[in-house]
Amino acid sequence: MLQIRCPWCGPRDEPEFRYGGEAHLRFPGNEADPAAWARFLYYRDNPAGAYRERWVHTAGCRQWFHVIRDTTSHRILGSYRLDEPPERAR
Amino acid sequence: MRRLRPGTATDPAKPLSFRWNGTAFDALAGDTLASGLLANGVRVVGSSVSFGRPRGVMSAGLEEAHAFAQIGEGGASEPLMRATTVDLHHGLVARGLSTKGTLVQGDDPARFEKRHGHCDVLVVGGGPAGLAAAWAASAGGARVILVETTARWGGALGRDLELIDGAPALAWVDRITRDLAARPEVTALRRTTAAVSLDQNGVVLVERLPETTPPDRIRPIRRLWQVRARAVVVATGALERGVVFQDNDRPGVMLASAVRSYWHLHGIAPATVVLFTTNDDGYRTAFDLVEAGVLVRVLDARESIGPVGEQARARGIEVLSNAVVAGTRADQAGLLAAARFQAGRRQGEWPCEVLAVAGGYQPLLDLPAQRPDQSHRIVGAAAGQWSLAECLLDGLDAGVAAAEAVGFGSPGPTRPVVGPDWDRSPGTTLWQVPAPDGDETRSFVDLHRDVTVAGLDRALGAGVRSVEHLKRYTLAGTGIEQGKSAKAAAGAIASDRLGSEKPLGVSTGRPPTEPIAFALLAGRARGDLFEPVRTTPAHPAHVAAGAVFENVGQWKRPRYFPRPGETMAEAVAREARAVRTGVAIMDASTLGKIEVQGADAAEFLDRLYLNRLSSLKVGRARYAAMCRLDGTVFDDGVVMRLAPDRFFVTTSTGHAASVFEWMEEWRQTEWPDLEVWTTSTTEQWATYAVAGPQARTVVQSVAPTCDLSREGFPFLGVRPATIAGIAGLLARVSFSGELAFEVMVQSRHGLAVWNALLEAGTPLGMARYGLEALSLLRAEKGYLIVGQDTDADTSPIDAGLGWMISDKDFLGRRSLEMATHRRSDRKQLVGFLPSDPAIVLPEGAQFVADPTQPKPMTMIGHVTTSHPSPTLGRSFGLALVRGGRDRIGHIVHAPLEDRTVAVEIVDPVFYDKAGARRDG
Ligand SMILES: [Zn+2]
Repeated sequence: MLQIRCPWCGPRDEPEFRYGGEAHLRFPGNEADPAAWARFLYYRDNPAGAYRERWVHTAGCRQWFHVIRDTTSHRILGSYRLDEPPERAR
Repeated sequence: MRRLRPGTATDPAKPLSFRWNGTAFDALAGDTLASGLLANGVRVVGSSVSFGRPRGVMSAGLEEAHAFAQIGEGGASEPLMRATTVDLHHGLVARGLSTKGTLVQGDDPARFEKRHGHCDVLVVGGGPAGLAAAWAASAGGARVILVETTARWGGALGRDLELIDGAPALAWVDRITRDLAARPEVTALRRTTAAVSLDQNGVVLVERLPETTPPDRIRPIRRLWQVRARAVVVATGALERGVVFQDNDRPGVMLASAVRSYWHLHGIAPATVVLFTTNDDGYRTAFDLVEAGVLVRVLDARESIGPVGEQARARGIEVLSNAVVAGTRADQAGLLAAARFQAGRRQGEWPCEVLAVAGGYQPLLDLPAQRPDQSHRIVGAAAGQWSLAECLLDGLDAGVAAAEAVGFGSPGPTRPVVGPDWDRSPGTTLWQVPAPDGDETRSFVDLHRDVTVAGLDRALGAGVRSVEHLKRYTLAGTGIEQGKSAKAAAGAIASDRLGSEKPLGVSTGRPPTEPIAFALLAGRARGDLFEPVRTTPAHPAHVAAGAVFENVGQWKRPRYFPRPGETMAEAVAREARAVRTGVAIMDASTLGKIEVQGADAAEFLDRLYLNRLSSLKVGRARYAAMCRLDGTVFDDGVVMRLAPDRFFVTTSTGHAASVFEWMEEWRQTEWPDLEVWTTSTTEQWATYAVAGPQARTVVQSVAPTCDLSREGFPFLGVRPATIAGIAGLLARVSFSGELAFEVMVQSRHGLAVWNALLEAGTPLGMARYGLEALSLLRAEKGYLIVGQDTDADTSPIDAGLGWMISDKDFLGRRSLEMATHRRSDRKQLVGFLPSDPAIVLPEGAQFVADPTQPKPMTMIGHVTTSHPSPTLGRSFGLALVRGGRDRIGHIVHAPLEDRTVAVEIVDPVFYDKAGARRDG
């Protein structure tokens, strides 16, 4: 069970959160060409190592935020607010 | 063996008795079941699982692989408990096991609890290194949890006579534990095992609480701790390992450290001992027992015996060097009678009651082995520190470092002086003595699982080369003690047998390190407390009215309200008839409700829903649906505009949470510029649908000041109203096609308003109706239920909701524009009529175009809703059918188990196609 730091509430246990998949995907808008749209809908990065992903504190403040997690060790390298750059992760 | 004196763990002032296999025995407080049995001369505890060989106690701890017992009797008994880890209490009842034992039958009457723990430093292990670490870590005020798996502090110090600061080590243990008890930030738990290690220093502990006879059903017998620490120090120590030789499983073959432990802690000793050792540490057993008057002889596997061996000889102990146990001889009962040895060219046999085996120590690392991130700090014997002085210093250093790492200073503890110290280092490595006659079918590698060297040979002969495959092929290391005594030996002996240069290694340790009962994982979450139950404000009235309930998620919803003697079909038909011809009321409070407010609320909803909602006028409602990004139907509901910047949105019962989360996700992550707020108000509103031609009369009588006329309150109108004296909302929406009002009031007034509406309806014979009648009524009108009449492939166009799609942007629009959504062979929602109006097709039944086609037949669709309709006087239903709209007027076939039913595909609206009835 992970312990995740919500930027608003502090460190909490994983069951309080819901996973939101890869972070920093750019919504291409409804004018996107079919390939770009399919890429946005279905293609996700799957690195061995640091992964920037979205989480939402569903059983807490209900805020979405970003987490950098090492997929090989489950070590969480930091979390940061939606309006912060990844460099602000802590 | 028998008790010669009280040991340091037992209290002669507190005698107790227990029953073993039906016989009463005496013991002392502080005994384990194993020491209690040994003190009473019980040598055979059970029999082995595959071969039925007699087995006795072989260890004094967690690694026990022989002595399994069923503890307790009747309802609360526990199987496969290791006798070495069961603390005796007066009146305990136990029996030996040869098989798996029996689980609790029925409800477990014992109480199991859970709690959370938080600390700066968690120290696992209450031996010298762990005590030192906890002491040093907590000296500066850090919050420390210290756990010890046995009932005693001190670990090996209980069995190994050492001096610390010039005094017996147990005095040091007392001093340290007193210090710890005086520190308010320290929680020190005995009988507590760290079983699971989770990410970010989460550790699951199992605490075993003292039990009594008769059982105290108020207090828990186990407590599951979920601890989150900022640092974890592992000081789990080391376990002594045996040596595999022929007939090494006889009752009487024990670990040398265990023999010493029973003598010092419990005062129990055998009359004669043969010690088989590969190292100096084993001699402690010889020296300590000789002082107790036991006849001891030593077989030392090393070429030369070294100073300790010489010391033994000087004390008159017979010592053979270069000597190994080649096998054992048993008496007629199968008990150990003698050790057969080989010393150089000399062969011989020494009779003995106990054969004590000292094969060297092996760090116990099953907890940190669970951590891929290696976040635990391992100290003491677990880290391969083989002298007491090193263990103490290692523990102190780790404690200071852990405290400093989490921001606490430490005064720099004084370093204890140990002396004289013993070397616990491995000596010579010896895993197995080959059987002299080559028969390895009685040389046990895993004593619990009855895996022999011959068994390993079979696996290797079958081509097994990986230690993980070896474990699964032979089961070596899969026992209840999690392979503590067998895993390393299996890998090492297999490597030897293969003659491989690269050791096979040790199979991966997995959580938990110790078995955890399901009852403990459940804790109090069983029976009524298993899952939350959600009920509506009017629930008590439904119960009183005899409603039959259906679980919808966690909600209890009335399915139908049978009158005495009525079947479900009769009740549903009556309820539906009341809606079509008179008036009926339903509790719709479980509908999801979300308030969307703010200057950009209309824009926000436009982006989410297919329909244009910014054009909705205040005081009006609109049926609306939304898509997922892939263009499939996500949910539908009614959107009401209460003010220019305030909308009231309903969702289906099952999607209340996911629609709310969907809104929040887009609001926060993609559209933070919009000035809009969402609030879930599902539980704040009670909602009742009053439906039927006479609905207006009923609602008017509870809302006399409200203009409910056709002109004054048109279809899809919504307005504030006072209902039965309570301020609320009225809306003219209908899910049955009849004139209907939705009455919404604050939940706390819900029951009162429900009762008021029932009372107002009594003169008109108003019925209550439930989910079954609702499903029938809406299906007659062709109204779909998302998730029942749609699936994960159904687009709004397929579902007949294409009319909702406006020319604005909305989520899912891009996908709907893909060519795949314009294919004519997509599954579309249509109605159907079985050719025989008495046949009600089962929901899920498949349709085929050609009933004579050999199997496998080409399936073209399936039934999503099917009912007998009292209004239509026949059966009917809804279905998703490939190219369904083009098949309207055509016949398809539903092959059932016993017959094939011809079915006509029709328009999905069966009743009042013109929509004339909604105004009453
Ligand atoms: Zn939060």
